[in-house]
Amino acid sequence: MVFINSVYDILYFIISITPFLLRGLVNTLRIGIMSFIFGFLLGMVVGVCRVSGGRAISTIATSYVEVIRGTPLLVQILFAYFGLPFIGIKLSPSIVGVVVIGINSGAYQAEIIRSGILSIPQEQLDVAKALGMTNLQVMRYVILPQALRNIIPALVNEFVTLIKDSSLVSVIGEVELTRCGEYIISRTFRPFEVFFVVALLYLVVCFTFSKIASLLERRVRVPGYFKVYRW
Amino acid sequence: MSTVNIINLHKRFGELEVLKGVNLSVRSGEKLVIIGPSGSGKSTLLKCIIGLIKPDRGDIYIDNVRVTDPKTDLIEVRKRIGVVFQSNNLFYHLTVLKNITLPLIKVHKLREEEAIKIALRVLKEVGLEDKVDSYPAELSGGQQQRVAIARALAIKPRVLLMDEPTSALDPELIDEVLEVIERVSKREITMIIVTHEIDFAEDISDRIAFLDGGVIVEEGPPHEIIYNPKKRRTREFLRRVLRKRIPISANTHL
Repeated sequence: MVFINSVYDILYFIISITPFLLRGLVNTLRIGIMSFIFGFLLGMVVGVCRVSGGRAISTIATSYVEVIRGTPLLVQILFAYFGLPFIGIKLSPSIVGVVVIGINSGAYQAEIIRSGILSIPQEQLDVAKALGMTNLQVMRYVILPQALRNIIPALVNEFVTLIKDSSLVSVIGEVELTRCGEYIISRTFRPFEVFFVVALLYLVVCFTFSKIASLLERRVRVPGYFKVYRW
Repeated sequence: MSTVNIINLHKRFGELEVLKGVNLSVRSGEKLVIIGPSGSGKSTLLKCIIGLIKPDRGDIYIDNVRVTDPKTDLIEVRKRIGVVFQSNNLFYHLTVLKNITLPLIKVHKLREEEAIKIALRVLKEVGLEDKVDSYPAELSGGQQQRVAIARALAIKPRVLLMDEPTSALDPELIDEVLEVIERVSKREITMIIVTHEIDFAEDISDRIAFLDGGVIVEEGPPHEIIYNPKKRRTREFLRRVLRKRIPISANTHL
């Protein structure tokens, strides 16, 4: 009886905190999706620059990747929120969340996009140029459409990592999913149930997105080319 | 039709000097075949002609345009040159039709209907009109090369360059491609073809040039080069590529 009661109690508690957690989840998704898109655009520019820019541009692009990749995201967030005001740049936690995570993800996505571009045979580039296309046209019509198909799995990887890493903005007081959970715990002292539900919600989101991505992957598959890989 | 003049062309990649002073002139409408061992600089030479590789020294003229002049608009040059490479010619994410219409629309600024009309015509010429909506990976290697030839023809090129168009193919697929090239060679178009198919070279070319060690070792009418080469290096090379002609009896002791 005691056991049944406690199960009932836990379920009731979980149901009662879920609406509040969902609000945090929406914020997590907002930060995640916006910073992913921002990072993607940034990564596209940087990745293309690393492959095809002149020496100066390529060096700048490489430095960006190395600096961002070589420092912890947590430190970057703290620096942007607590450090930048000292030189007059004051940003709200929610802006810091999107911008810093976006810049951070941009470095990783640049490398993903670069590897996608490098996976396209040299001849495709030669042929496209020989046909009279400008460098921009070659990228847009020949290289990127093929490269992007190849890197969908890696981009999904990056996206789910980013969704989970967005929990780090809780340290500067942005109320996303993890921060929501901590807030509930501070009121209820029930970390077991709360963190369990928080983790479950992350799992549901990430799993859903990877399913959507594999549907997308199947849709853009080129007949005869991207075969199912069999040993 | 255009003339192509190559004057004292040099190119080195790091330690490796690939072209050591190539001189070659191709008359308007001439069919020139370049033969030579692998690594002799054949592909590099072709890529220099369309400006994909910048030579260290020397000049290339197509008609009176100096391709090697940094001020020359290479896109204008390339618009009039058809190129077929050894492999990976087609864009794998596009259908056969789109492969042909893409350059027509984006580079030659044709309207889509016009581009499609041209694409269907050239596909018919290479016998692949039923493959318009196929993707390259659904075609055989020979069919892919024929589409690549069709695409090169679609722009009405004045010069057609082919870099070993059959070298990556299975033996049974080579003939269908060679037949198409042979038909194309009847047209008034300047052609430079790199190939190892000596019989084919004899049939279609006006002249054969033997490239070895970064220079043109010997050039002349096909029958002269093939049956009566003057230079020892040419003879040795031909003996290697024509080994199928050695009588079986000569090999029995092996």
